[in-house]
Amino acid sequence: MTRRTVRRLVNYLALGLSGVATAVGLFFLFAILWTLLRNGLAGMSFSLFTEMTPPPGSSGGLLNAIYGSVVMTLVGILIGGPIGMLAGTYLAEYGRASRLSAVIRFVNDVLLSAPSIIIGLFVYELLVIRMGHFSAIAGAVALAIIAMPVTVRTTEDMLNLVPQGMKDASTAMGAYPWRTITSVIYPAARSGIVTGLLLAVARISGETAPLLFTALNNQFWSTKLTAPMANLPVVIYQFALSPYPNWQKLAWSGALLITLSILVLSITARVVVSSLQGGRR
Amino acid sequence: MGRPRMNAAQGAGPSRYAAAQRLREALFRNATLTAALIVLALLGGVTVSLLVGAWPAFSHFKLAFLTREIWNPVTDEYGALAPVYGTLVTSVLALLLAIPVSFGIAIFLTELAPVWLKRPVGVAVELLAAVPSIIYGIWGLFVLAPILQQYVQPWLIEWLGPLPLVGRLFQGPPYGIGVLTSGFVLAIMIIPFISAVMRDVFETVPDVLKESGYGLGATTWEVIWQVIVPHSRTGMIGGVMLGLGRALGETMAVTFVIGNAHRIGSSLLAPGTTISASIANEFAEAVGDLYTSSLIALGALLFLITFSVIAAARFMLLRMDRRAMSAV
Repeated sequence: MTRRTVRRLVNYLALGLSGVATAVGLFFLFAILWTLLRNGLAGMSFSLFTEMTPPPGSSGGLLNAIYGSVVMTLVGILIGGPIGMLAGTYLAEYGRASRLSAVIRFVNDVLLSAPSIIIGLFVYELLVIRMGHFSAIAGAVALAIIAMPVTVRTTEDMLNLVPQGMKDASTAMGAYPWRTITSVIYPAARSGIVTGLLLAVARISGETAPLLFTALNNQFWSTKLTAPMANLPVVIYQFALSPYPNWQKLAWSGALLITLSILVLSITARVVVSSLQGGRR
Repeated sequence: MGRPRMNAAQGAGPSRYAAAQRLREALFRNATLTAALIVLALLGGVTVSLLVGAWPAFSHFKLAFLTREIWNPVTDEYGALAPVYGTLVTSVLALLLAIPVSFGIAIFLTELAPVWLKRPVGVAVELLAAVPSIIYGIWGLFVLAPILQQYVQPWLIEWLGPLPLVGRLFQGPPYGIGVLTSGFVLAIMIIPFISAVMRDVFETVPDVLKESGYGLGATTWEVIWQVIVPHSRTGMIGGVMLGLGRALGETMAVTFVIGNAHRIGSSLLAPGTTISASIANEFAEAVGDLYTSSLIALGALLFLITFSVIAAARFMLLRMDRRAMSAV
């Protein structure tokens, strides 16, 4: 073999392997989705959305868990979203080049990748011990703390995409920065910011670890924010590890439900972002 | 955006309108500053609360907490060695499996895939990151573990078990669940993170550099290995560290498949535990202050480890950014 043949062979081999690697990555995505569909569809029925989580051995649904997940995710994003947006605004506009901003950006990155179970422990110390019992609001606060860094990051990125000329034009007309931000920059970055919020919702709606010792779980229908509340991830966790077939079946259905909603949310968010950036490039 | 220009407002006269504008400006500015400070305070709050919660355990066991394998709620004796060991070993395993695959995906996406294929494949890999970790957990327990137990582990035991040195890692019965399975699941979970960073880093390599390589007659692979990789080394390491940060703190997926045994087995096939899995499993049921505090102390250790890893990763990616900017 000549040196040239060897080089070409190595080239094909390496590129072929990178194709294989990609195929492996995609294979796992589809393997997981297929397992969820196969096991989850069997349990999909109307009663899933109308009945409470059952005791072992009898039939039931996931109504209280679905309700709890929706409520805690919403309260979480209602607390974490606005704070995150304002903080992102500070980083992108008022404090763009300050040293404080550099520190906060770094801290935000750390929070963004901090283990979610640590956030759970923090909220346990902060709220659960003070209140004396597990509660839905503690769960929502934990989710808010996880949603916040995501929103900070996306808001800052999206505000930075707004052309400087638009900001200058507004300033030149004598507008104060707050007026420029709320009347010019926010509208221009609106879909990007909404996307960030969607991504944050997607991130927190599947979180399990921080809810284990904040919201815990509740076998029954409860709308009180100060009481333990059922939620899909913890129900999936408990039911999947239980020895009862009907609980395991519900766990698979819940898993399918939660994954599909998150995938739909993320794909929507991506479509919005790509249409945004497509227009600008 | 600068400070409010007082001069301009004063030029318009001390009207009530200008005063109202200035007030709103101050309110809005301070609202954003407060929100930013909340983010800062959160990290401080997490650190302080973990230290306070962990204090009883640290002061009772002193340094022995870090060096002992024992974990016995009955006699109220706790040591962090087994969970720390499990956390590190599963994460390193995950990295070993995930790095080559992520590198391949990043290469495929930047250098190989036709334009129409780049986006769908890229999005599909990113979706892998959006799947909640609990889903990986049940998939790992009910699908992956049986497959590993039936086909992969017996093969490992037969062929690698008798080898000197490394053989010890692959001995014992094939449980299905255990350290190896956890590493495997973690690898699948961090592939999208590492490959996304590597892809972004590869895309910052200036075209001129690549074209010079091709102009000298290099093959695609030679350009990748001798031009792109050296140019993006710092960024690649940053991406790997980010993936490591994820793997270290991952909770639910590992809790399902690690087997939750507080011991250090010499075999990778044996059940073990990690810091996060121990906390998830035991915290809600922990009775007694020392037990709870020991679990929080584990959490504090985990936070310390992930914090250092993430900080190092960010630092490297930042340096990469600066270099890219100065090159332009």
